[in-house]
Amino acid sequence: MSATGIGAPVLRREDKRYITGKGQYVDDVNRYGQAHAFFLRSPHAHARILSIDTAEAEAEPGVVAVYTGQHLADDKVGGLICGWMIHSKDGSPMKAGPHPALAQGKVRYVGDHVAVVIADTYSEAKDAAEKIVVDYEVLDAVVDTAGARTAGGEPVHEVAPDNTVFEFHLGNREPTEAAFARAAHVTKIDLVNNRLIPNAMEPRAAVGDWDAGTDTFTLYTTSQNPHVARLVLSAFIGIAPEHKLRVIAPDVGGGFGSKIFIYAEETVCVWAAKKVGRPVKWCAERTEAFLSDAHGRDHVTHAELATDAGGRVIGLKVHTVANLGAYLSTFSSSVPTYLYAPLLSGQYDIPAIYVEVDAVYSNTAPVDAYRGAGRPEATFVIERLMEVAARELGKDPAEFRRQNFVTSFPHQTPVIMCYDVGDYAASLDKALATVDYVGFPARRAESERRGMLRGLGFSAYIEACGIAPSAAVGSLGAGVGLWESAEVRVNPVGTVEVLTGSHSHGQGHETTFAQLVSDRLGIPIDNVSIVHGDTDKVQMGMGTYGSRSGAVGMSAIVKALDKIETKARKVAGHVLEAAEGDIEFKDGKFTVKGTDKSIDFASVALQAYVAHKFNGQELEPGLKEGAFYDPTNFTFPSGVHICEVEIDPDTGVTRIERWVAVDDFGVLINPMIVEGQVHGGIAQGVGQALFEGTVYDSSGQLLTASYMDYQMPRAYDFPRFSVETTETRCPSNPLGIKGCGEAGAIAAPPAVINAITDALGHEDIAMPATPRAVWRAIRRTPQKMAAE
Amino acid sequence: MPTVSMTVNGKTVRRDVDPRTLLVNFLRNDLRLTGTHVGCDTSQCGACVVHADGRAIKSCTSLALSCDGMAVTTIEGLATGADLHPMQEAFRQHHGLQCGYCTPGMIMTAIDLVARKGHHLDEHTIREELEGNICRCTGYHNIVKAVAAGAEAMKAPAEVPAMAAE
Repeated sequence: MSATGIGAPVLRREDKRYITGKGQYVDDVNRYGQAHAFFLRSPHAHARILSIDTAEAEAEPGVVAVYTGQHLADDKVGGLICGWMIHSKDGSPMKAGPHPALAQGKVRYVGDHVAVVIADTYSEAKDAAEKIVVDYEVLDAVVDTAGARTAGGEPVHEVAPDNTVFEFHLGNREPTEAAFARAAHVTKIDLVNNRLIPNAMEPRAAVGDWDAGTDTFTLYTTSQNPHVARLVLSAFIGIAPEHKLRVIAPDVGGGFGSKIFIYAEETVCVWAAKKVGRPVKWCAERTEAFLSDAHGRDHVTHAELATDAGGRVIGLKVHTVANLGAYLSTFSSSVPTYLYAPLLSGQYDIPAIYVEVDAVYSNTAPVDAYRGAGRPEATFVIERLMEVAARELGKDPAEFRRQNFVTSFPHQTPVIMCYDVGDYAASLDKALATVDYVGFPARRAESERRGMLRGLGFSAYIEACGIAPSAAVGSLGAGVGLWESAEVRVNPVGTVEVLTGSHSHGQGHETTFAQLVSDRLGIPIDNVSIVHGDTDKVQMGMGTYGSRSGAVGMSAIVKALDKIETKARKVAGHVLEAAEGDIEFKDGKFTVKGTDKSIDFASVALQAYVAHKFNGQELEPGLKEGAFYDPTNFTFPSGVHICEVEIDPDTGVTRIERWVAVDDFGVLINPMIVEGQVHGGIAQGVGQALFEGTVYDSSGQLLTASYMDYQMPRAYDFPRFSVETTETRCPSNPLGIKGCGEAGAIAAPPAVINAITDALGHEDIAMPATPRAVWRAIRRTPQKMAAE
Repeated sequence: MPTVSMTVNGKTVRRDVDPRTLLVNFLRNDLRLTGTHVGCDTSQCGACVVHADGRAIKSCTSLALSCDGMAVTTIEGLATGADLHPMQEAFRQHHGLQCGYCTPGMIMTAIDLVARKGHHLDEHTIREELEGNICRCTGYHNIVKAVAAGAEAMKAPAEVPAMAAE
């Protein structure tokens, strides 16, 4: 392994600009003559718009224009779309209501977009918005997830009279019923997977620009997938055809899923730029982010696990109601269906599984993918069930899991997935050793002596990453292919630009992708630059989500590098006057086998461009290759996380004392970056378990709309994490990578809750397990009640 | 419009401003120092931390006019030429950042922390003192390591023998 090659903990090349304040985020982009947009948002969760009077606002100082949904309709601007078709179990397609970028006729959640004011300054736009008079007829709001279908009153969308988007199912129903009929024991749980607000630290922002000379648009936007944004804005929303629309996602300050989607604000900014003939800029205030970024999770689930007399799991039944909010966001329908149900088998050999998911509309912000997307929800179900079942059966939770692990591969589950490779026991053994499992009873006794409660919880998770191959996701309803593209441009001096359809918003691609290229071509890493996030530079790409950039994005680069090497060998053969088959390529040098005749990579690059040594009719000059890579399967990262907590029974405060993560991500490109991804994922998962709870009141007002109300995890909430890995090489891509971006967020919540319930001695606690919730739960503990 | 003047990163600046202009917008929009970020508008997240007369403040909730006559340092003012400030270097060495958005505020807070609490910072102190800075990417693990290392590295070379003799 070289110092900058695959497997080396190379320091990040992008850091220099971030630590010196020279990053270029969308809010740092300023175009000459730009105007500023402010969005007037609905104060009501559900209301009919009877009239909008913008005259007074239009007369305010600095105001350039005020637009409403009527202007979008007049210009035939299409609505926002959901790009994944789900069919109900009766075969009917999901019921997608209209989703205009500015409300037309009705508002459906607090924060819904009613009008936009464009003015010389942001303050002027915001001031003028106060003068818009909207006459609302307020309707009853549908807020409660479990009760949405029976809420009565006016439905959120006409197309869905009982607020049901679809009734999805997966698995084998009859065998599952049969398994439950012969079960020796059935474990039942009811779970709420709490709604989360993603909160990337950079709020969403957009700058729309229009060039009158060429009639072309440029949109700078906080996007994880600028090409998908361009495709949707062109093909569905109709802003401009793709060759007349450039989308740039420069430095993006975190996404976690929330910046995958195509939103109203960016649509309006780029459309309005032509209307007003000036660039139009918008940057969300944090409260706007809380109100209108797509939220995550929000499931209500009943699940049952059947075991036989020997403690083998023989069946799993799950019924979930998933709240999709007021509109179907870009990929919302895929999250509680194909990103959820197929993962419910966990790491276990479960012969019969049947899952039903009813998706509902409500008068709340749209819900879509948030770090993990469906897989944390699935892991929470199966890992809570496994822990509770072990306790009910009087078994050690680690050994109960081990007894039910999948141990032979490939393993076909009853819910689509075919697990390719893994060694679940290896991760479990390493985690048990690292956490000092045998020492836990002594630690618990020591806590008890101090009047504290101590608990330990497991989470043995599996996820499906890459979100590919294209044909597979297409058969499941995806409206797009989920391959990735790469182009490798070798310059005449031997430096290399790699254009990738992946997008980096904190993951460090400028480092890891360059490590791959440096390793493969034997050139210094400083001679490699990674280009992403601009549809004028990179032809097409699918972007970054689902932990797919390594497994899919880098594999596309490998494929392009294969072609580069093939071509360079031909050039080298001509230069060295040897047969192509006699050329060896190693450590950046082409050598004629068995001789000392050689030429380095940079010289071959120069020869490819000067083209003096070969016949240009037989071999094209130049050295540039592109590739599209479509994997053969999802990847299946897995691992075991163990959380150990101590609870103060007087205050209900839970402190995490130990966190052990042992993950199998396949081959690691940069272990330093991988560890960082795990740390961040755990923090988000712990945030869900202990702190973060989205609260809408019964009228649909969002009560947690700032950092003063929504508790973000802070530095003092965590111990030092102990992060380790095991490795089984992924067989479905050339690098053997599985992906690491979401693991922590998937693994963490059940580990925390399993630890807390272990400490409490009962299962009655919901997320977030705030001090108040835990304090109350302690008072429900039978032995505590007896003691008091 | 009233006039505000202050020293920013060692340079005297003077501008007419709308009285409601926040310091962060003055820095970002008037002076084009876009390294200081706005993350929350409510003094919670710390992405906007700068130093005013040597003290860390949240520039998203400070009026530019209230800083009249002050010496303000932003993230852009830390490095000397190509030489990074030791705290900047520590964040890089310890992978204390991912998306980079909270990073300028983290670094400015960390330097202020060293000024207040010295060069030997234990993990507990660092975690408590980062109360006003939110990061969504890193889980804080490597930020804590970076702050500890940066604090040590900020010891002036002349001080090192004295510290070693302790």
